[in-house]
Amino acid sequence: MFGAGGGTSSYEEIETTDLIVLWGSNAREAHPIFFHHLLKGIDNGATMYAIDPRRTASTAWADHWLGIDVGSDIALANTIACEIIAQGLHNEAFIAHATTGFDEYRASVEPWTLEEGERVTGVPASSIQDLAHAYAKAETAQLLWTLGITEHYTAADNVFALINLALLTGHVGRYGSGLVPLRGQNNVQGGGDMGALPNKLPGGQDVADDAGRARFEARWGVELSAEPGWHLAEMFDAMERGDLHTLYIIGENPAQSEADGEKARHALKSLDCLVVQDIVMTATAELADVVFPAAVGWAESEGTVTSSERRVQRVRMAVTPPGEARDDIDILVALANRLGHDWPATTAEEAWNELRSLSSWHAGMSYERLEALGGLQWPCPDESHPGSKFLHARLWEEPSGGPAAPFTVVEWRPPIDELSDEYPIRLTTGRHLDSFNTGVQSGRSHAPRRKGATIDISPEDAEHLALSDGDLARVTSRRGSVVAPVAVETGLRDGLAFMTLHYPDEVDVNVLTLDTWDPKSGTAEFKATAVRIELEG
Amino acid sequence: MISIDGVDVQAPVDATILEAAAKQGTEVPTLCYLETLTAASTCRLCVVEVEGARVLAPGCSRQVEEGMVIKTRSPRVDRARRMVLELLASSVDLSLAPELLELAEEYGAAPERFGEVRAQVQLPVNTDNGLYVQDLSKCVLCYRCVSACGDDAQHTYAISVTDRGFGAAISTEFGVALPDSACVFCGNCVAVCPTGALIVTTEYDMRQAGTWDEELQTVTRTICAYCGVGCNLDVHVQDNEIVKVTSPFDHEVTAGNLCIKGRFGWSHVSGPASPD
Repeated sequence: MFGAGGGTSSYEEIETTDLIVLWGSNAREAHPIFFHHLLKGIDNGATMYAIDPRRTASTAWADHWLGIDVGSDIALANTIACEIIAQGLHNEAFIAHATTGFDEYRASVEPWTLEEGERVTGVPASSIQDLAHAYAKAETAQLLWTLGITEHYTAADNVFALINLALLTGHVGRYGSGLVPLRGQNNVQGGGDMGALPNKLPGGQDVADDAGRARFEARWGVELSAEPGWHLAEMFDAMERGDLHTLYIIGENPAQSEADGEKARHALKSLDCLVVQDIVMTATAELADVVFPAAVGWAESEGTVTSSERRVQRVRMAVTPPGEARDDIDILVALANRLGHDWPATTAEEAWNELRSLSSWHAGMSYERLEALGGLQWPCPDESHPGSKFLHARLWEEPSGGPAAPFTVVEWRPPIDELSDEYPIRLTTGRHLDSFNTGVQSGRSHAPRRKGATIDISPEDAEHLALSDGDLARVTSRRGSVVAPVAVETGLRDGLAFMTLHYPDEVDVNVLTLDTWDPKSGTAEFKATAVRIELEG
Repeated sequence: MISIDGVDVQAPVDATILEAAAKQGTEVPTLCYLETLTAASTCRLCVVEVEGARVLAPGCSRQVEEGMVIKTRSPRVDRARRMVLELLASSVDLSLAPELLELAEEYGAAPERFGEVRAQVQLPVNTDNGLYVQDLSKCVLCYRCVSACGDDAQHTYAISVTDRGFGAAISTEFGVALPDSACVFCGNCVAVCPTGALIVTTEYDMRQAGTWDEELQTVTRTICAYCGVGCNLDVHVQDNEIVKVTSPFDHEVTAGNLCIKGRFGWSHVSGPASPD
């Protein structure tokens, strides 16, 4: 946001903030040790509002739970904004000093009265009003989100809607106030920072920027395209069209993690050549023409990862990899050499130092410093720099030292997969505490209370569908159907069902989900599927 | 200004005697105290003599006051510590608490003077969950696990101390098995246990088999493979196999804590097949 793709704040800030807004995040289960920091904040007197369609282990800690209807986040954010502006609670000085586009934004949220907000989101008008006033009046406030915001076809707009609220109230760029997307994997932040995004080079450098690109071309001795590449969803579309013939997948299991799984597997099977590099024989690797067995990143190789607070930390080799498994860098270098290039053997530290020479965010992060300081937070432009606890302080400086932060007008659009008489129940997805993603890693370890694959439904739905705990139910969407045991959960509301993606070998949830993706981010609409549920057999 | 063992020391107003002594370089023995937890002040091992005070003061919780004159060692202090160690050693199995055994020797503790050693606490080892083992015959009721499970870290409140006197023991609600309790198996209780009453199953099994050997182990600092929080892990390896994962207490992200995935979710890492 505002030119830097990373959360603005440090974990420690939530320990002393006044207001916590947890939006579309079950951090208690999905980010448990971050939640320890959040609990310190609550113990220290912070008020928490939790916005989630479900009552979760996280919302249990909130002072106020806003049970939003799936996919109405923009409506809620715009209603909050409308109320803040209507009551004159917006931070006029900050808006004038550091932002652009306020007038258009104000006009765009004007129709979102509390009544309209309640009608679209299902959240009582009084709760929306409470949150609007609390957020606007708080001295410091942390606004946090995860995949409840981003796994929608409106992912980027959902995020813009939240950023708008921070700009409206000045809750960004100060210690204690910020915008924090909690990252779902241990290096999703680092992967993006290293340029594993279709439009970026390492260090947040835009590929379309000629001067920036020229530095990389000079360093690498090759010409680089100024055109952004494809993101994951575009690659699958290209496979379907027959425009993408060869795919090299490193450490991802799209055969089980992609929305509309049948379609995704069909696309992977239709490739001329599929290469998969992974630590175990995943369902995706089973489809591959060539499999490169890889060392486990966090325990069998050297390198760095970057966390949700932009902290770069070292991973180290604790055990030597088994059999023919090799370090990712070794595999890439060996492959380059087989393809006729002349790449020298490269250590992780050498690759890192090359990155430091090209990325001002990381220039000051020597391995020695990372080791001695327990990690460093970017930007860290030189070796005397202590790293950055929070971003965008410049927005408060006089003058504001850079381009103004823009408001982005965002329109609410309902979930694509509409509810109907045939598909009357909204299915959403998420994680369990003791499992992770498609279970490639977590599924191999014992967990005494692992719930397994279930279709979770509300007590109300259980009653009118005549289903009980343990019954086998068929869950059918417009794309496919699966069978799973029923679990009746009081955290769910009438018309809302929940499944997790952790056990694709038992129940392949992504047969149900919709692969319509957000044109700005490429994220599919995992969180909002229309289904019907009936007793199987 | 305060005086510790005859040396003038400056300390912040809210410092404890323990902190002031540590700053001055004087080590006071502790048992229930841990820097990341609120002091429970149950063990009385860290008592010191404060001039003019009727009773000995627990260094872990007593704050310094201007002009305080403190003795961290004196015949009275040593006698009190010796007694604490004798009482513990006579009723609890301290075989996995080498630091306490060293202290017992240093202070000349003679637990056998109370008669049959460890007559009182004989509880079955609890192996009900496959991730960690509870051996309450080694428990000194220091409350560290209760604090870590509760307000000081995890906020799960799965365990507390039940009953009184020699019947006192760490327990789940109504004494149910751990998998049926509120426990979420983060193992943050195991991490803070000073006596091996709580121990991860891998370590317990290897100790039972006689194969646990810390001399042969390496400990490597790395980052957890799961979510994007960036928890620091210390990976304990013996014969190229992970045998245990812990987390550093002095790192600001974790303060020694992990979740079930970080502490126990490492079975996808396999060393070379063992020769048998």
